[in-house]
Amino acid sequence: MIGGLFIYNHKGEVLISRVYRDDIGRNAVDAFRVNVIHARQQVRSPVTNIARTSFFHVKRSNIWLAAVTKQNVNAAMVFEFLYKMCDVMAAYFGKISEENIKNNFVLIYELLDEILDFGYPQNSETGALKTFITQQGIKSQHQTKEEQSQITSQVTGQIGWRREGIKYRRNELFLDVLESVNLLMSPQGQVLSAHVSGRVVMKSYLSGMPECKFGMNDKIVIEKQGKGTADETSKSGKQSIAIDDCTFHQCVRLSKFDSECSISFIPPDGEFELMRYRTTKDIILPFRVIPLVREVGRTKLEVKVVIKSNFKPSLLAQKIEVRIPTPLNTSGVQVICMKGKAKYKASENAIVWKIKRMAGMKESQISAEIELLPTNDKKKWARPPISMNFEVPFAPSGLKVRYLKVFEPKLNYSDHDVIKWVRYIGRSGIYETRC
Amino acid sequence: MTDSKYFTTTKKGEIFELKAELNSDKKEKKKEAVKKVIASMTVGKDVSALFPDVVNCMQTDNLELKKLVYLYLMNYAKSQPDMAIMAVNTFVKDCEDPNPLIRALAVRTMGCIRVDKITEYLWEPLRKCLKDEDPYVRKTAAVCVAKLHDINAQLVEDQGFLDTLKDLISDSNPMVVANAVAALSEIAESHPSSNLLDLNPQSINKLLTALNECTEWGQIFILDCLANYMPKDDREAQSICERVTPRLSHANSAVVLSAVKVLMKFMEMLSKDLDYYGTLLKKLAPPLVTLLSAEPELQYVALRNINLIVQKRPEILKHEMKVFFVKYNDPIYVKLEKLDIMIRLASQANIAQVLAELKEYATEVDVDFVRKAVRAIGRCAIKVEQSAERCVSTLLDLIQTKVNYVVQEAIVVIKDIFRKYPNKYESVIATLCENLDSLDEPEARAAMIWIVGEYAERIDNADELLESFLEGFHDESTQVQLQLLTAIVKLFLKKPTETQELVQQVLSLATQDSDNPDLRDRGYIYWRLLSTDPVAAKEVVLAEKPLISEETDLIEPTLLDELICYIGTLASVYHKPPSAFVEGGRGVVHKSLPPRTASSESAESPETAPTGAPPGEQPDVIPAQGDLLGDLLNLDLGPPVSGPPLATSSVQMGAVDLLGGGLDSLIGGTNFVAPPTAAVPANLGAPIGSGLSDLFDLTSGVGTLSGSYVAPKAVWLPAMKAKGLEISGTFTRQVGSISMDLQLTNKALQVMTDFAIQFNRNSFGLAPAAPLQVHAPLSPNQTVEISLPLSTVGSVMKMEPLNNLQVAVKNNIDVFYFSTLYPLHILFVEDGKMDRQMFLATWKDIPNENEAQFQIRDCPLNAEAASSKLQSSNIFTVAKRNVEGQDMLYQSLKLTNGIWVLAELRIQPGNPSCTDLELSLKCRAPEVSQHVYQAYETILKN
Repeated sequence: MIGGLFIYNHKGEVLISRVYRDDIGRNAVDAFRVNVIHARQQVRSPVTNIARTSFFHVKRSNIWLAAVTKQNVNAAMVFEFLYKMCDVMAAYFGKISEENIKNNFVLIYELLDEILDFGYPQNSETGALKTFITQQGIKSQHQTKEEQSQITSQVTGQIGWRREGIKYRRNELFLDVLESVNLLMSPQGQVLSAHVSGRVVMKSYLSGMPECKFGMNDKIVIEKQGKGTADETSKSGKQSIAIDDCTFHQCVRLSKFDSECSISFIPPDGEFELMRYRTTKDIILPFRVIPLVREVGRTKLEVKVVIKSNFKPSLLAQKIEVRIPTPLNTSGVQVICMKGKAKYKASENAIVWKIKRMAGMKESQISAEIELLPTNDKKKWARPPISMNFEVPFAPSGLKVRYLKVFEPKLNYSDHDVIKWVRYIGRSGIYETRC
Repeated sequence: MTDSKYFTTTKKGEIFELKAELNSDKKEKKKEAVKKVIASMTVGKDVSALFPDVVNCMQTDNLELKKLVYLYLMNYAKSQPDMAIMAVNTFVKDCEDPNPLIRALAVRTMGCIRVDKITEYLWEPLRKCLKDEDPYVRKTAAVCVAKLHDINAQLVEDQGFLDTLKDLISDSNPMVVANAVAALSEIAESHPSSNLLDLNPQSINKLLTALNECTEWGQIFILDCLANYMPKDDREAQSICERVTPRLSHANSAVVLSAVKVLMKFMEMLSKDLDYYGTLLKKLAPPLVTLLSAEPELQYVALRNINLIVQKRPEILKHEMKVFFVKYNDPIYVKLEKLDIMIRLASQANIAQVLAELKEYATEVDVDFVRKAVRAIGRCAIKVEQSAERCVSTLLDLIQTKVNYVVQEAIVVIKDIFRKYPNKYESVIATLCENLDSLDEPEARAAMIWIVGEYAERIDNADELLESFLEGFHDESTQVQLQLLTAIVKLFLKKPTETQELVQQVLSLATQDSDNPDLRDRGYIYWRLLSTDPVAAKEVVLAEKPLISEETDLIEPTLLDELICYIGTLASVYHKPPSAFVEGGRGVVHKSLPPRTASSESAESPETAPTGAPPGEQPDVIPAQGDLLGDLLNLDLGPPVSGPPLATSSVQMGAVDLLGGGLDSLIGGTNFVAPPTAAVPANLGAPIGSGLSDLFDLTSGVGTLSGSYVAPKAVWLPAMKAKGLEISGTFTRQVGSISMDLQLTNKALQVMTDFAIQFNRNSFGLAPAAPLQVHAPLSPNQTVEISLPLSTVGSVMKMEPLNNLQVAVKNNIDVFYFSTLYPLHILFVEDGKMDRQMFLATWKDIPNENEAQFQIRDCPLNAEAASSKLQSSNIFTVAKRNVEGQDMLYQSLKLTNGIWVLAELRIQPGNPSCTDLELSLKCRAPEVSQHVYQAYETILKN
C-alpha cells in the first residue's frame, strides 16, 4: 500500500510530507527530488523506481504530488487516489498552488489523516468530508450525539456521498451533456480515427433522498426497454446511438445497469459527474479542415486552409480557433483571411486564426505566405498537424436525454414539481488534420 | 487564515522561542506554536528537542490541536520511546470518548506509533474498538490490526485479533468489510502458508454482496482479494464472473482494472466453447478502450496492462487497432507504449493502416519515439510476411531523408529483415552502402558490417568497405570489433584469393593488440580454424543460420501468466514479478493462473490447481535479454547456443586446454600462412575439434548460474589414473533439485561404453536419482557433458570430512574410484526461511556452546548485495539491523535432512579498510558449522 505522500513545489522543496509506513524513510523525499524533479531529462514515466522504492507522481500546474511505496501496490489505485486528492484539495481551497497549499497545510494534514489510513484510501467524497473537516478547524466539538453518529454513518455508509435531511424550497436540477469530439484526419480528408468522449454532468438541488432514473437514446437501452412498447422503438429507433462503453459515478447501481440497462441512483447534493461515455460510430464532425501546403523553393511556403462547417444552418459555432504550425526557421508571414482574425505567433511557431462565430453549412478560408530562412539543417520539417478548437450547441455523438425521473417516497414532491434544465455542449478535443 | 507564515521562520534560537510559546497559557498561542513545529518538521528540520513540550499540549479538548500533536507524535515517537509513554494515558482515555470520531482518531494514531511499550497498551482499547457500536470506529480498528501485525505479529496472533478480524468480514457495514479484507489480505501475504483468508463459497458470497455497496476503494480491496480465490469448478467461476462484470462500468479505473484481473484469471477455467466465454471476451474490450481516455498517468498504467492482456488473449482487442494510434500531444511515455501495442496487434488485415501511421511517426521530433517507430516498421515486416515488401520500401524512403538516427535505425532493422527473408531483398544493399559514412552508432555500424560480411560475394568492393572500418579498429566498441572480425573471416572464406592480407590484419589486431578477452578468444578460434581445417571453418562460420522468430520481445509465457495475476499492480507496470522489486518476504508469493478445466469434469480438486501452467500453443520466444542484436550477432559464430552469448564465457578448463598447445606457436610465428597450404603446428595437443566443442559446452555451464552458486568444474579423476578416462565435474542446485554435472573425456585410444555410477554411503544420503546415461559410445578424444540428478534419500553414514563423497564409475574397461568434496550449499533447501519469532526463539534455545565464530576476509560487500547473493543459494535473511554503523544480517537456512542453521552476519559497510565479515553460526548439530562457513565464503566471494 501507499507508504508515504509528498507534495513539492516546482523547486523541489517539500510542502507536505506524510509517511504511513515504516519502510519509507526521510531519504525517500530527497530521492524523488534529485531523481525526478531535478532530473536533467524530461520525465519518461509517471512511475519511477529508485533503489527498490517506487514513486508515482502527478503534476498540477507546478506542484508535484508523489506517492511512495516499497510494495507491489495497485498502481491504478494510487493514481486514482492522487487525482482524488487533487479534487478534494481543489474543493476545499480552489486552485492547487504553492500559496494555497502553504496556507492550508494544517487542513491538508487533517485530510491526509482521514482519507488515507496505513496507506489504504478511505472515503474521499468531498461531500462527506466537509461535514466534519472544515477550513475553520474540525467541527465536531459542539455536536450532539445524533449529529456525530450521522457523520460516521455517512462516512462509512452505503450512501456515503449524500447526507440525510437536505431541504430545498425549490427542487431543481441541471443536466449538462458535455462532449469532446476527437478527430485525426489525413491530408486527403480520410478519417483516420474519430471518437466522442462525453460526460453527463448533473447539478442537483433536491430535497431528501431522491431516487432518480436517467434515460437516453442509447441503442441497447432502448431495445431492451422497447420490448414492451414497440411503438416507442420505431419512433426513436432511428435516432438512437451506439455507445461503445460507459462508466458511472459510484452512486449508480451498476448491477441494475448490467441486468436491466436502467440507470438509477440517489445523487450527491450539488454538482457531480453522472456518467462518462465514448462513441465512435455516426459521429457528426462539426468542421472539416482542408489544408494545402506548397513548398516554393527552399525559402518559401504557401499555405491555404479551408474550413467547412457541417451542421444545421440555424446553429452557431463559437470560439473557433485554427492553429496552423509553421517551421522553426520562419522569418516572416503574410496572412489573408476572409473572416475573423489571424496572426502569426512566432513564440508558438504557429499561425492562429480566430473566428468568433460561424453558422452551419458555411465555409471560410485563410491563405498565408511563409518566408523561411535558409538553413543547412538536413532534417525535413516534421509538419505537425493543423489543430482546431470550437464549441457547438449540440452533441456531436447524437446523444439525447430522454428523461430524468425523480421519486422521493418520503417527502411529498413529485417528478412534476422538479424543475429540470438540459443543455448540450460539443467541444473540440484533439481535432487534428495532418498536412 | 494564512498558515504560510509558519514556513518562513528561520532565525536563530527558534527552538528556544518555540519552547516558550508551547508552554504559554494562551490556547491560541499554543496552537500557533504547534503549527510552527509541524511546518518545520515538514521541511525536514529536526524539532525532536521539543518533544516533551509538544506532548504536553496533547491534553486538550481542541480537536485540531490534538490532531497536530498526534502528527508530531507519529513522527518522533520512535526517536524518543521513553517520552512517548507520556502520551499513552491520553490515548487510552480518548478510546473511551463518547465521540466516535475521537475514539477512531485515538486508535488510528496509536497504531502508527511504532514503539513497543506503547503497543502493549494498545491491545485492550483495540479489542474494544473492534467491537465498537459505531462502524466508523470498527473500520479504523480493522486497519489498526494490520498496523499492529506489522509491529508485532506474534502479539496479534496470541491476542486472537485475527479471529475478530475474520468476523468483521460478515459485518453489516460494507466499509468495515472492505477494510477487514484489506487488512487480512496484507497479513496473509506475510504468512503465505497460513490459511488466514480461507475463502470459501460462503465468504465469497459475502464479499460479492459487499462489493455492490462499498466505496470505490473498498471495491478495489475486495476485487484484489477475490482474484486470489480459486473457484472449485467452471460453474462457480462463471457465476463469480457474472457478478463482477458490472464493475467494468465503474468510473474508477482501478476498479475496472481489478475487475479485469478477476475476469482474466477466472476465464482460464471456462471452456472456450461456452457461449458465456465469448460474451465475456466481448465485454472486456470496451472498458479497456475507455481506460485510454483517462488521465495520461492512468493511460500509462492501462497500456502496460493491455500489453500483457494482448499477449495473453489477442482476440480481445484485435479489432481495436485505431484507438492505439498515437496523438500528437500524448506524453512520450504514452506514445511509446501505444506503439508497442500497435505492433502486437498488427496483422494482415490492418497492416496498411499501421504502416501509414508508423511512417508518419518516423517524422516526429522525439528521437526515442522516432527510433522506436522505425524499428516497429521492421518488426511489422517480420511479423506480417505479406507486408514485408512494403515495409522495406518504406524503410528505404526513410533512409532517403538522410536524418542520421533514422538511417541508422533503419539499417539495424533491415538486417533483421534479411535474417527473416534471406535472398529476397538484397537489391537494397547498394542503397545501404551509400550511407556507410554517416553511421556513428555501434549498433548500426555492427549491423552494416554484418550485412557486408554476409553478402560479401555480391558486393564488389566488400573488402574496401570492411577495410575502411578496420582503420580505427581499436576505437570501435566491442560489438563492432567482434562483428568486423567475423565479417572479414566470412569475406575471406568467400573470396580467399584477394583478402589474405585483410584477414591476417584483423586476426592480429584482435589477438595481439586487444585486451578484450572475448575478442581475443574469438580471434584465436578463427585463427586456429583457418589454419587447421578450412573446410570445418567454412562449415562453422558460414553455417546456415536459424530464421529469427516472429516476435522477439514477447514475455516468457510463465512470467506472463504470473503477471496476469498481478493486473493493475506495480508488477504489471514494470512487467516484472514482485520479487524483483519488493524487499523481504512480502508479496513474493508466486501466483499462477488456474488450470483450464473441461466443462464436463467439474469436480477437480483445487489443491492440484495452482501448479499447472495452462496448456495451449506458446509461440517460440527468443529471450529478450538486453539487446536482440547482441544475440543475433553472436549467433553466427556457429551452431545456435541456447545459453547466453559466448561473450560471457569465463576462464574455465576447456578454454585453457584449447589455447594451451597451439597458442605459443601462433603468436611466435607471426608469418601466418594462408589455410590451403597451412600445416598443423607440430606441437598441437588435442585435435581442434574436441577443443572447440569444449568451448561451446562451456555455455551450458555458464547458463546455470541463475540458481545457487556453482563452482567451476574441477578434475576429479585424472586420465592417468583411469586408463584414459578423465572425469571433471561440479555440483549444482536449481529449483530444488541437486545434480552432479559431469564431463567425461576419453583420452584413451579406444572407444568407451557401458558407463555406470555408484556412490558410497555418505553423511547426507546423496545418491544418484537416475542411472548414468551416456547415449553413444565415447570415441577417442570425445567429451560428453552429463547432468546426473541426485536425491538425498540414500543410506546415511557419517563421513570424515562431513562432505566427503566416494564415487565409483564403471565403463567397459574397468571400475574406477575417486572421492570428492561437495559444497554444503547444494543441500540448502528452498523453504529455509524462518519467521522472525521462530528465529528469535530458536536462537535463544540453542545452547551457547554450539555457537561458532568465523571470519570471512576481504569481502567488500554491502548488506544488500550479500543478502541477495546468499538468497540465491537459499540462505535467507530473516531480519536486518543496523548497530553502530554495522549491518547485522540474521539469516536462516535448512539442510535437506531438516537441520536448521541460524546465522548472524556482521558487515561494516562504511569502512573500506575493514572488509572482513564476521559470521556467527548456531546449529543443533555443531559439526556442520565449519562447512556452512565454507559455503558462505565460496558464495560471497564469487
